[in-house]
This record gives sequence, C-alpha cells and structure tokens, in this order.
Amino acid sequence: MRYVTIFILSLVFWLLITFKFTVPDIAAGAVASAITAAIFGRYYFHNVYKFLQPRRWFWFVVYLVTFIWACIKANFDVAYRVLHPAMPIRPGIVKVKTTLRSDFAKTLLANSITMTPGTITVDIIGDDIYIHWIYIRSEDPAQYTSMVTGRFEEYIKKFAE
Amino acid sequence: MAAIILISIGVIFNIFGCIGLIRLPDMYNRLQAATKCVTLGCCSILVGVMVHYGLGGAGFRALVAIPILFFTATVAAHALVRGAYHFGTKMDERSVKDDYMEAVK
Amino acid sequence: MTSFLDILLYIQIALCAPCLYRIIRGPTIPDRMVGIDIFGILVVGICGIITVQTGKAFILDIGIAWVILSFIGTLTLAKYLSGKKLNE
Repeated sequence: MRYVTIFILSLVFWLLITFKFTVPDIAAGAVASAITAAIFGRYYFHNVYKFLQPRRWFWFVVYLVTFIWACIKANFDVAYRVLHPAMPIRPGIVKVKTTLRSDFAKTLLANSITMTPGTITVDIIGDDIYIHWIYIRSEDPAQYTSMVTGRFEEYIKKFAE
Repeated sequence: MAAIILISIGVIFNIFGCIGLIRLPDMYNRLQAATKCVTLGCCSILVGVMVHYGLGGAGFRALVAIPILFFTATVAAHALVRGAYHFGTKMDERSVKDDYMEAVK
Repeated sequence: MTSFLDILLYIQIALCAPCLYRIIRGPTIPDRMVGIDIFGILVVGICGIITVQTGKAFILDIGIAWVILSFIGTLTLAKYLSGKKLNE
C-alpha cells in the first residue's frame, strides 16, 4: 500500500514539473515513479490511511496559514535587528522539551522553528530540541518553551501524529 | 503588475538578508538572518513568476519550486549550524546562554 | 515595465557581492560555508527574474535543479565540518 502511495505522489510531482500530457511523457514518468517507489518505498509513510482523513487536511491548512504568517513576521523581525544602528541582539542556545513522538512530526516542528522569528534549530536529541535564539526574551524554561514552539506543536500533533 | 510588486518585495527582503550577512557579529546570527530573509525573498519572487504566468506550465513549475526551496533551505541551515558547533565555532561574547554544551559532552 | 525588471535583475545580481565578500573575507571556515549556501539560494531568484523577463520557461527548471544541487553541496560541507565520514 505504501508503495502505491509513493508511486502516486511521484507521478503527480512529475506531471506538475513537465506539464505535458502526451503518452510518451506519461509513460516515462510512470517508469521513473515505479523505480522510485521500488527503491524508497520502504522508508516512508508507515500508515498511509492517515492521508484519507479530512480532519487532518483541515488542520494542515490551519498550520500552513499560521506558518506563512510566522515567516512574514520573522522577516520583519530580522530586518529590524539588522537595520537598527545598535543591533539589539542577545543570542544563546536554549533547550526546549517537545511532546511529539514520531520522527516526521519532529522534523516538521524543527523546520517550523527554523522559519519563525529569531530562532534556528541546532539539534534534536531524544525529546529535547536545542535552539539558537537571536534575542532571549526570558530566562524561565516554561515561558520560553511556549514562546518558541507556540501553536505549531498542537497543530502538528493534530495532523501528523 | 502584481507580479512586479511581488518580485520587488522579494528583492527588498534579499537586500535585508545580505545586509545581515555583512553586519551581524558571529556565524550563527549571520546564518539565521540570511537564511530567513533570502528564502522568503526567493519564494516571493517565485510567487511573482506564478502570478505572471497564471496556472499554466511555468506557473506550476514555480509552485513546485517553493516547497522544495523551503525544505532544502531549512534542512541545509540546520545541518550547517550543527556542523559548525561540532567544528568548534565560538559564539559572540554577547551570548548569554549555552545549553547545548552539556549535551554534546 | 521591462526596464524596471532590468533594474531588479541588476540589484539581485549585485546581491551576490556580500556573499562573495563573506566567502573571501570570512574569519572562519563555517562563515565561508554560510556564504556559499546563501549564494545558492540567491541564484534561484535570479533564474525567476530572468524567466519573467525573457519569457522562456525552461530557465525555471535550471533554478529547481540548482536548489537541489546546492542543497546536496551544503550537506556535504556540513558533514565535513562535523568531522564525520560521508556514509554516516
């Protein structure tokens, strides 16, 4: 079943890239997708039935909107810090605990943290995420955990766990 | 016209990112500023290309390029900052906290 | 309209200068690698602007391929930095 999922995803990707719907093009794409699925099918999508639940797609869209808004905010934050003559920075590496379990969800959370204002993920060891923060706003671990992971953690838990 | 505005916004963001690349004091801060600004700037340019072409062949190509750019840029930044820490790059003297030091040992 | 696009293209190409400055001048090796990484992303923006300017859509394919190749290059450099073998 997961071989079929990765085959369909690869074929859709191929059709979007080439955007020609003649028979030779689609045949070449099908062959390439079949090879990809045969080689990499073992590694991804351990439970493909999650794709068929509309509730997860809804939370995915909510997550996407929040993510884009956080990206735009992050850019203005960086612009302010770069253009300010005194450069208000107070950098450091903090440790944040996460409650997510699966590897895919952890990767998504790390990517989201990288694009949100002022933070970049350094490493994930077990349940701890180490984050380089350009301006540490508070010293209290509970407070900065909620500041950094924000609403991303609950949204990702709702659609990817 | 909307395409031109989106491309201009992207170029302005790229300028901020490159100023950050020159001005900020240490490697971690530079990487942070530059990755964020330049990635969103290039995504804005690609959205401009998509608006210019409509949802035809080239428009879909630009749309496919955006998630690829996001994932590769973030993962590359993550790998680079981790490699730099293991390499032994010093943080700026204004840094106030370093929790990662105990975890590496 | 086309001349304004020309100006944007020249600005975007001129933005490669800070990256080159960081590559040449950077005090440590990781600084140079940051320059290389950002340079790879900027080229995609150049490809996008040239696509709109000339109307040839295949230049966008060059951009997509450039993103992936630059990603692999940066990962290799990061592996070198952390002092590991490439197959770990």
